[in-house]
Formats: sequence, C-alpha cells, structure tokens
Amino acid sequence: MSDRTRGAVRNTMEERALSVLRPLIIVGLLLAALFPFYYMVLLSFRPLNNLLDDPGALWVPLSEIDLGTYRDVLAPVDSGGQGFLTFIRNSMLVALGTVVLALLVAVPGAYAVSRLRFFGRRQISAMFLAVYFFPSILLAVPLFVFYTRIGLRGSLVGLLIVYVAQVSAVSIYMLRNYFDTIPESLEEAAAIDGCTRLGVMRHISLPLAMPAIVSNALFIFMIAWNEFLFALLFLLERRENWTVSLGLSRLSGSIEVPTTTLMAGSVILTLPIIVLFFLSERWLTGGLTAGAEKG
Amino acid sequence: MSPGGPAVPVQDRPPTRESPVATPRHGRSTRARQDARTGLALISPTFVIVLVMVVLPIVWTVSLAFQQVRLLNLRTTGIVGDYSLDNFTAVLTSSGFVDALVTTLVYAVCGTGVAISLGLVAALALRQPFRGRGLVRAALLLPYVAPVVAAAFVWSTMLNPQYGVVNEWGTGLLGWNDPIAFLSSRSDSLSLLGVELPVPTALLTVIAFEGWRSFPFAFLFLTARLEAIPETYEEAAKLDGATPTQRFRHIVLPQLLPTIAVLSVLRFIWTFNNFDDIWLLTGGGAGTEVVSVRVYNFLIARGDIGAAAAQALVLAVILAVLVTVYLRFFGRGEERA
Repeated sequence: MSDRTRGAVRNTMEERALSVLRPLIIVGLLLAALFPFYYMVLLSFRPLNNLLDDPGALWVPLSEIDLGTYRDVLAPVDSGGQGFLTFIRNSMLVALGTVVLALLVAVPGAYAVSRLRFFGRRQISAMFLAVYFFPSILLAVPLFVFYTRIGLRGSLVGLLIVYVAQVSAVSIYMLRNYFDTIPESLEEAAAIDGCTRLGVMRHISLPLAMPAIVSNALFIFMIAWNEFLFALLFLLERRENWTVSLGLSRLSGSIEVPTTTLMAGSVILTLPIIVLFFLSERWLTGGLTAGAEKG
Repeated sequence: MSPGGPAVPVQDRPPTRESPVATPRHGRSTRARQDARTGLALISPTFVIVLVMVVLPIVWTVSLAFQQVRLLNLRTTGIVGDYSLDNFTAVLTSSGFVDALVTTLVYAVCGTGVAISLGLVAALALRQPFRGRGLVRAALLLPYVAPVVAAAFVWSTMLNPQYGVVNEWGTGLLGWNDPIAFLSSRSDSLSLLGVELPVPTALLTVIAFEGWRSFPFAFLFLTARLEAIPETYEEAAKLDGATPTQRFRHIVLPQLLPTIAVLSVLRFIWTFNNFDDIWLLTGGGAGTEVVSVRVYNFLIARGDIGAAAAQALVLAVILAVLVTVYLRFFGRGEERA
C-alpha cells in the first residue's frame, strides 16, 4: 500500500470517528452545562418531603407541581416567609444604581481616554486596567476596616460605592475600545461647523456608541447583581439589607429552611440574569471578544 | 471586578492619532490645550473614585500588614503606629499557611487547565455550522453568566450524600457502595486495578466546579479566534492529504496557542484569587482552604486585621511574581494575541 492510500485510509477513519464523536461531545457538553439549571427549576417545584421520598426523580408530574416554595421564599419574614422580596428590592437598587453611576462617570471618561490628549492619559488607563486584575480579597481587608470606622458598613450605599469604583474602571476600558473605532473625521466635521468638544461628544459620539453603552450597562448589571464577596463583608449583620445572593447563601447554611424553598430562591436569583443574557447575547459576546478577534 | 465577570480582552492600543489636518499653528495649540483640560475634567470623577476606593485602600493594606491591628483596637490605630514584621513572621510560620498556599496553587493550575481544555473541546466541536448552533453556543455560556451563589447551591444539593441526585444515581445505577461526600470528604481511596489510590475528593470537586463555571469563557475566546483563521490554509492541507488530526496539530493549534496563552494568564489570576466558589461550596473545609478563604477567616472570625492584611499581601506578591515569570518566558509570542 502506498503512502498516499494509507493516508487516505487514515483520513477516512478519522473523519468517520469525528463525525460520531462530534455530536456526542456536543450533547455531553449541553447536558453538563444545562442539567444543573434544569435540576434547580425541577426542585423549586417540589415540596421537600417529595424530594426526600424520591431523590432521583428527573420529572415532576404536572399535577404535583407545587408553587408553595415560591410563596414561602418571597413572603416577608413576619408572615412566615424568607423575605426574598426585600432582597430582590435591595439587589435591584444596588445593581441599577451601579449601572447609572458607573455609566455617568465611565462614558465621559472613556471618551476622554480615547479622544483627548491630556497629561497622564496613558498612566491613567494603565491604572484602570490594573484595577481589573487586583484580587478582590486584597481590597476586602482595608475596605472592611474603613467602612467599619466611618460607619458605612451595613448600608447599601457603601456597597454601591465599592461596585461603582471597581466597575467604572473596567467600563472605561471596554468603552474606549469602541470609541476608538468611531472615525474621527465625523467629529472633525462637526467641530468645523462650530461644535464645542462637549457638543461633539453629545451629538456625534454618544449616539454612535449607543450599542456599546447598552451592552456595557448589561454587563455592569450582571456583575453587580451576581456579586457576593463585598455583600458578605459589609451586609452580613443587617438582614434587611441583604442582597439576593447574600440571602440565599446565608439561608442555605441553616437547616430550618427547606432546600426546595431555597431552590425557588435560586431560580429567582438566576432568572433575571438568564433573561438579560438571552436578550443581549449577540451584543454581549460580540463586545466581549472584540479584542480577541484582532489576532 | 472579579473572576465572575466577563473579561476585557487584552489588546494593543492603536497608535496615538496625530491630527491629520494641517491647521494653523495658533488655532491648533489652543484647541489642544482646551482638549487637554476637557480630558482631565472628564476623567477626574473616575480617577478620584478609583483612587479613593481602590488605590489608597491597597496602600493602606500594606500599612495595616505591618501593624498589630485587631478589630477591637481599631478605633485607636492611626496611620503612625508601631510598624513591625510580626504579622509576616506569624503568618508565614503559622500552621496551615503553606498548606493553603499549595492548595491555592493546585486549585488554580488544575482549574485553569480543566476550563481551557473543556473550552477548546467545545470550540472545536461547534466549529462546523449546523442548525441551532447559535442556540447551543448561548446555552453553553450559561454556567459562566449565572450567579455564583445559585450555581454553588445547586451543585451542593446535587452532590448531597442524603438526597442529592448524583449519589442517588451513583448508588442506584452505577453500583457505588456508599454515597460519596463530595464536598466534605478530605480524602477517599479509590481502588483502580487493585491499587488503592488516595483521592482528595473535595478538592477535585471544587476544581470540577471551577472548570464547569469557567470553560465558557475559554470557549468564547477560542471560538472567536477559530473564526478568524482563514479557511484556505486548511483547504490546502486537505488537498495535500492531511488528516483532521494532522490539520489540527499543524495548522489550527499553532494559531490558537497565543490565545490559549492569554487565557491561561487570565484564568490563573482569577482562579488564584478566587474566594466565592470555595467559600460557598465547602467553606474552606475538607482540604480546600485556599489563601483567600484564610484571609476572610482571619478578618471576620478572628478579627485579626493585621494578619489578614499580611496574608492578602503575600498572596498578591506571589501572584505578581508568578505572572511576571510567566510573561518573561512566554511574553514575546503573546503580545500580538
């Protein structure tokens, strides 16, 4: 058998093997990625004793679906629930506040770093990028001490400030990359027509950068909504200020709250993120990998 | 902000633009001066908040690490205190610190490895278009965007020895003798071909969780890179009789290596500092205590601020050294990635 035919045989064999393996791998990955979420939803519909009777069940008959878990987890504490409605309000306040404040400081900042030459520009953007890689745990110690001392610990405002500080540096980096892609000639035309710098920014650059700003807003919302460490550090002792993440993690440690009730809490925590993600997936993934494609 | 968030890809700055229009000397310098002033005004809010909430606290950590500060005497401690190396000697010689450091390294290296390998497999498997590929891709990203607290809670319920679905199936269908305490067992022995091997169960479980949660990140980046490879190379190789594995080995993989190198650095940094996942899954027990969990315990449980600061600092310094060494060795090839 010549080299060429041997190569051809090997080629056919490999291609056949791959055509079998590929779908198997895809199905396997999908199962691995999605099963925990399916299990989460499934358990949230089952009363606890139902789970203990039959832990292996992967299906719950429609007639046995029980939404009592959701009522229990959402209801306020004084009527026997877990008070997740309050947690949702807290998470929403912090996440939306972070989005608004971070964009307010980051959008002009990103424009400045992209377009205007000022003293220390390179150093400042390098510093902002470095913030992204700082270990949060390194910041945890001083911020905890600082907040304890000035009495901001336990307040949602204190948490909000920390989030804005961490997120706006990253946002500047992401948005700057987008501003860099907007042709400068558009702005120069407006400048010749007598627009001031700020006028150019408002009327030309901001509208053009809207897709990036929106995807950045979603990204910030997800970070703030999902955040756990600083919420744990600052809010632990103030149950009325717990975020959904913190509430779920605290209550899952106690044996008094049924697991299935907390599964309903997990669904409540996860659902907004998944909805946002599917609404914005195209924008978000495009924006996130914009740098990687440059090769 | 944290390992939880999607990353900003590292990329080169485009060259600084010089104004292409030849404007009169006088007018240009006025405009440039105005621009400089506007620029500073626009950047200063972010600059101030980052300075106050990130940079100064870091500096303060350094100061705290050299003082005997406890939560109890916090109000009486000033900037000028008694500086000493006591915290560092106490921390470095304390029992458990070296173990925690080793655990952190193992966790970070293995977690990064699993995440990138799975991401690569996923990216390659989904390379050829098929119906519904967009949806599959989006679905594979879910572990990465989902809140870590919810994901960890579902995992620990699934792995629960009493009513978790994994143990239920394992004992019922796979013939396990006993349920496995995935999250609370420091070490089990696994008999493989008659040899008893010790297995760090809980550590492997948190590594698996890290791989599950982070592989979408690697998948995303590798997919983007795969799509940028021109098809002509592979077509030419195919005509020359290269088999699929040969084409991967000699054409695709070399193109992916720079991206893999960048991913390794990013994932390693985040996994090395990771607190949330381990704290939520095991609380740092059963041989999974990493340094960041230790820092938290010193800070909250013991109220020993000085020791917590010293450990956080040691962690950051070790990380910085490791990343610098890595970049020294592999840095050249990466810059264009």
